[in-house]
Amino acid sequence: MSFPLFPEQASTTAGRVDHLYLALTALSVFVLALVFVPMLFFLFKYRQGTKADRSPMRISTMRVEVTWTVIPLLLAMGIFVWGAHAYYDLEVPPADAVEINVVAKQWMWKVQHQEGNREINELHLPVGQAVKLTLASEDVIHSFFIPAFRVKQDVVPGRFVTEWFRPTRVGQYHLFCSQYCGTDHSRMTGTVYVMTPAEYQDWLARGSLGNTLAQSGGRLFRTLGCSGCHEGNGPVRAPRLEGLYGKLVPLQGKQIVRADDKYLRDSILLPASQITAGYEPLMPTFQGHITEEELFQLIAYIKSLANQSPVRVRPPNAGENGKGESP
Amino acid sequence: MPLFPVPTEEENNYLNSSHTVASWLLTTDHKRIGILYLLSILVFFVVAAVAAALMRIELVTPQGDLVSSETYNKLFTTHGVLMVWFFLIPSIPTVLGNFVIPLMIGARDVAFPRLNLLSWYLFMMGGLLALHAIIIGGVDTGWTFYTPYSNAYSNTHVIEMAAGIFVAGFGSILTGLNFIITIQKLRAPGMTWFRLPLFIWSMYATSIILVLATPVLAITLALMSLERIMGIGIFDPKLGGDPVLFQHLFWFYSHPAVYIMILPGMGVVSEVITCFSRKQIFGYHFVAFSSLAIAVIGFLVWGHHMFVSSQSIYAGMVFSILSFIVAIPSAIKVFNWTATLYKGSITFETPMLYVLGFIGLFTIGGLTGLFLAALAVDVQVHDTYFVIAHFHYIMVGGMVTAFMAGLHYWWPKITGRMYPEKLGQLAALVMFIGFNLTFFPQFLMGYLGMPRRYHAYPPEFQIFHVLSTAGASILGAAYLLPVIYLVWSLFHGKQAEANPWCATGLEWKTPSPPPKDNFDRTPIVTEKAYNYPPLNTATEGEANHA
Repeated sequence: MSFPLFPEQASTTAGRVDHLYLALTALSVFVLALVFVPMLFFLFKYRQGTKADRSPMRISTMRVEVTWTVIPLLLAMGIFVWGAHAYYDLEVPPADAVEINVVAKQWMWKVQHQEGNREINELHLPVGQAVKLTLASEDVIHSFFIPAFRVKQDVVPGRFVTEWFRPTRVGQYHLFCSQYCGTDHSRMTGTVYVMTPAEYQDWLARGSLGNTLAQSGGRLFRTLGCSGCHEGNGPVRAPRLEGLYGKLVPLQGKQIVRADDKYLRDSILLPASQITAGYEPLMPTFQGHITEEELFQLIAYIKSLANQSPVRVRPPNAGENGKGESP
Repeated sequence: MPLFPVPTEEENNYLNSSHTVASWLLTTDHKRIGILYLLSILVFFVVAAVAAALMRIELVTPQGDLVSSETYNKLFTTHGVLMVWFFLIPSIPTVLGNFVIPLMIGARDVAFPRLNLLSWYLFMMGGLLALHAIIIGGVDTGWTFYTPYSNAYSNTHVIEMAAGIFVAGFGSILTGLNFIITIQKLRAPGMTWFRLPLFIWSMYATSIILVLATPVLAITLALMSLERIMGIGIFDPKLGGDPVLFQHLFWFYSHPAVYIMILPGMGVVSEVITCFSRKQIFGYHFVAFSSLAIAVIGFLVWGHHMFVSSQSIYAGMVFSILSFIVAIPSAIKVFNWTATLYKGSITFETPMLYVLGFIGLFTIGGLTGLFLAALAVDVQVHDTYFVIAHFHYIMVGGMVTAFMAGLHYWWPKITGRMYPEKLGQLAALVMFIGFNLTFFPQFLMGYLGMPRRYHAYPPEFQIFHVLSTAGASILGAAYLLPVIYLVWSLFHGKQAEANPWCATGLEWKTPSPPPKDNFDRTPIVTEKAYNYPPLNTATEGEANHA
């Protein structure tokens, strides 16, 4: 049996986290020495029966107390800044990250690549490429943990969460669910395969289902009937989705939100919560009617429309800007 | 026939004043209530320890082969729930606190003796509900009851278990209230705030947390249960609720509860370390106020359990900095205890050995807390064995070690008998070794990524689990030893004098065991705490002890 002390370093964050971990270990050893060397010395020197000077102390208590309050406080603040800085970089994905969607459910991880490839309890990645995972849960809270990347994120049902990393080394790594999720929690594990870009392209081609995620979403968009209102040339009941993603949207009540993943998710599942200014709240909720995987496909489709030029239509209540507002 | 063996030719004391079962079960004497608590928490401890033992045996091999995963999940829930709410939280406060607080401040009893008995009954009702839930099938949510698993997915006896904790919680609240008022109002003449033993300061801080935090737990568990029964939609996202809200509420109680589980231990350490160095404590005011600082700041750090929960990263930063700050008062205590040894006349009786063990283990527990407060490192070690190791260093290495220190220190006062010293020292030493072997490997495998609450695991972690289980076996033996010799001492131990340790403090100025009303006359206090006579030479140090 081997006796490793560090997990493999297989992402750009791994080294940074390990440095901080080592610094904390060194600090801990130093503090332990600071407490225990004097303590053992006192225990030996002042044990009962020894001839030692036990005359009353001539120390300014206040000065000693302030010293051993302020110095540890400053050290702690230093560690705080270090940890917070690394955490910020670890939580905020870079602009060049490609997106992969993950759905967690008792007790498996279902992965959807933008190219349309799907896998369960496996995740194939190209080395060197920043990857942003958008994760959703069908049931309870799970947590997506890859020790070799030093990343972990709870997957909370009812919302999207994100997690990013840039793999630096080709190989196979553990994927664990680290938030207790019921009976087979300890079997909700998988393998992350980091491949060279060429191998990755190969893998994508081999596993291709013929449709990209956005194409699957487009098909769903029509079968679910979304296209009836959001597309076509009939009477205008709903805003068009071309060029929507990433833009600012004015809502009823003069609020303005950005059309990001969260906005799209809420608009599909809880349409009444944010009505685009000038439209009637006609859209039915899709909560309970579509799975998290289908939701990802729909959103991928809407995102794929982001670069198309917006179709100008006149909203039915243009000019009123929020009926609820009028006295 | 006496229920409890008592010293023979002694005059009336609290043990031999009456002998019927009713005189114990309906007693309002804080000393007898302390003993009722001691016996009850021992039962819960044994059940929880058996659950831990089964888990450790299961984890010797990577495959889940001894028990099924359902059983394993119920074992760690049983272990967590019973240890936290029915052993650790009541341990020092309700056993030693009940017994010695009135004695230490020169009072005849706590402020509300009948309320004190009611607390015990509430505690027992809660405990029996929890035990019943375990016997009829158990609960598999973990002691944390995270939603939506607990309210919508678990098919186990969640509500009954939550009800047990809910009922026992009222016992905690009433005990806290009782202690606050006792300390506030019943101090003997001359016992000013700054003449109080530091154990009283730490129990005061603990009581404040008990009173302020426990109701939040009660509300949280009630909401979770209501959601489970009626689907009210507070925590379940399918009903428009927010599962992370549960975590905020739960940790708003449960982080301060960590301090309920360590502050009383710190109080014991201050008593014991002064006694066995025959010296005034170094920095009395700093040690006293650091207890209050921990109690106050401890309410502001709950979010550090949620750095990867999808809480805002800026909220994470605020909770991180506050968590570093709350470590400082603990560090102050450790430094002051070390300085107390300087120029002392130190002896190494069992309580002192436990206290030295406490300082070592608590310091390691505290330092590894810094790893968890450091955001980027927490992302890696959150929900791994690193966390398990960290809080066992605080709660077992800290609180249980301090409880053992206090139990041995006040054993002569409680029972009127001396325990066998050599066996006591041996048990303390073995416990220290067994504890470190059990939990130190868990830090290492935690950083490697071994997740907690795993019934089966990849084979590369096996070496650490084997070490840990070996340590747990030693630890188990070390816990058994005191049970045997302490029971033996009740019958065959040397009779204890009023003050066998030559300690200061009012509890040592009354006979062992104390009379029913504690003191013949209300004591009058004229000196500060730990006013040990000055030590100039080695011989004088010895004279004091003799």
